[in-house]
Amino acid sequence: MDNSRVIETKDLVKIYVMGEYKIWALNKVNLNFRKAEFAGLVGPSGSGKTTLLNIVGSLDSPTEGSAIVLGEKIEDMTHKQAAALRNRHIGFIFQTFNLLPVYTVYENVEFPLLLMGLSHEERKKMTMDALDWVGLADRSKSKPAQLSGGQSQRVAIARAVVKNPAIILADEPTANLDAENSYHILDTMERLNKNLGTTFIFATHDEKVIRYLRRKITLIDGKVARDEEMTPQKPAGEKQ
Amino acid sequence: MIIPKLALRNLLGAGIRTWLNVIVLSFAFVTIVWTQGLYRGMSRQVVHATVEAEYGGGQYWQENYDPLDPLSLEDAHSVIPESLNSLIKNNQATPILVIQGTIYPNGRIQPVLIKGIDPQQKILSIPSYFLNTEEEEFPALIGTRMAKSTGLKIGDEITIRWRDANNTFDARDVRIVQIMNTTVQSIDQGQIWVPLNMIQALTLMENEASLIVVEKELKTIPEVSGWEFKTLHFLHTDIREMVKTKSSGAMVMYFILIFLAMLAIFDTQVLSIFRRRKEMGTLMAMGMTRLKIIQLITLEGALHGVLAAIVAAAYGIPLLTLFASKGWALPGSMDDWGIALGEKIFPAYSAGLVLGTTVLVLIITTIVSFLPTRKIAKLEPTDALRGRMS
Repeated sequence: MDNSRVIETKDLVKIYVMGEYKIWALNKVNLNFRKAEFAGLVGPSGSGKTTLLNIVGSLDSPTEGSAIVLGEKIEDMTHKQAAALRNRHIGFIFQTFNLLPVYTVYENVEFPLLLMGLSHEERKKMTMDALDWVGLADRSKSKPAQLSGGQSQRVAIARAVVKNPAIILADEPTANLDAENSYHILDTMERLNKNLGTTFIFATHDEKVIRYLRRKITLIDGKVARDEEMTPQKPAGEKQ
Repeated sequence: MIIPKLALRNLLGAGIRTWLNVIVLSFAFVTIVWTQGLYRGMSRQVVHATVEAEYGGGQYWQENYDPLDPLSLEDAHSVIPESLNSLIKNNQATPILVIQGTIYPNGRIQPVLIKGIDPQQKILSIPSYFLNTEEEEFPALIGTRMAKSTGLKIGDEITIRWRDANNTFDARDVRIVQIMNTTVQSIDQGQIWVPLNMIQALTLMENEASLIVVEKELKTIPEVSGWEFKTLHFLHTDIREMVKTKSSGAMVMYFILIFLAMLAIFDTQVLSIFRRRKEMGTLMAMGMTRLKIIQLITLEGALHGVLAAIVAAAYGIPLLTLFASKGWALPGSMDDWGIALGEKIFPAYSAGLVLGTTVLVLIITTIVSFLPTRKIAKLEPTDALRGRMS
């Protein structure tokens, strides 16, 4: 495998069995992602975007074919190995933020570092750095319920980037946000991508996100319909 | 150490739900310790009172003596053997002669046990020294219950009648010199205590006794022909069984209390797993294994027990200490139980009792907390993130 390749899929197939029916969520998908890519999976609902994101995120395993993430074959991994891969190298950003409600902003961002077993000092520094990146250091003691949607998603981004992962997978990260917050989030992620060299892969059908992408992969019925390089077209007029 | 830290954080973060469970469980804790302490105190009090007033360090029974069979008393006496006489002379034992008799209080007839006791004895706490009178009268001592049932008062004269060694009826007037207040019914109700030497002479049973009570610290118990030594363990059999029966009855209450507390925790755990599927999915996405999530949720439930123990200690220790020092006043009807309870029970707690109850509750809480988490073992991260159960 090329050293700069962080993700590689070979004839990736995912079939869901629903009673007598089989649903081909992914049908022989072959894709490579390189380090520091800012790519997006686009396509209609049910096209396989989230399924692909889940498999490369080691949350799910393929029915057939292979998904190699940072040199590890997802299909051969035990549950524990997959958890370790996610903990060390993969950050997730969800549409509904998925913050832990009883924890403060600081504790939410600190959580992946706790799982990594870092010392208190390391955790504190890295957590505050991550909150600085997303501009929420002053809200570290707030609870998720006290934050706006945009702020919550920024906390989720901070939580994803705090461990400086190789890959961040974002599933519809702007779907619950208004335009202003969406652009703010996208700017933040783009900045992190450039500064930290983190690979970002989005699953989206939000036009605002698509304008930021440097690579757009269109999935239709579980197959790669188009894979195109893009020039980001950030709409300066719409942004604040 | 991450799991306990997270579990405690989650538990405290759950707010009122946690505290309601903790309070219910702490109530179970305190009630179990309190009632167990009450029965322990009761047992200790009864044992102490009977040892002091009736059993001493054990009793030699004349071979025919059976306190449960009044008809056997006719033959239940014999001359005190020399080996026991030496104990009596050394003030290490005191003889008691028990014969059946009748009294005639206020024109009524009432069967009684006439018990002869040495007025000088120091083995039992019976105030027998009141029988030590210089006057030419026949003094008698009765208990408060006997006084109440017969209407007798100090100074009253009453006729008592008995059969002597030749089976001949004899009678004398006795004067009530003292009414003793004792918690031990078995030395009170239906009994009249008189000087041993006088009753021995009047019944023609010189130097005879029915039983001999030895002192508490007596090290060597000699074997005596025609006499059988009854240990305290034997003499307390009925008391033990009675306390055990009462204590077993209380077990029903413990089960109900524990069941209610455990139901609340089980319910919380089931609800928690149902409501927190998405959270579990997020934890998995961040790299937590299913086993760690099971540990986390189980520990969250189990920590209810730990918090409950702390809360129970906070209000339970002062409350139970107060009960232990002030005692628990008993209603008069409790006297009918037939054991030497007195007017108050003073609960007695031990480290073993508190520790045992704590360990028991913690084990049950942990099991109850673990049971619902088995579902998590089958939980797929993708389903959990969608808020579904696999």
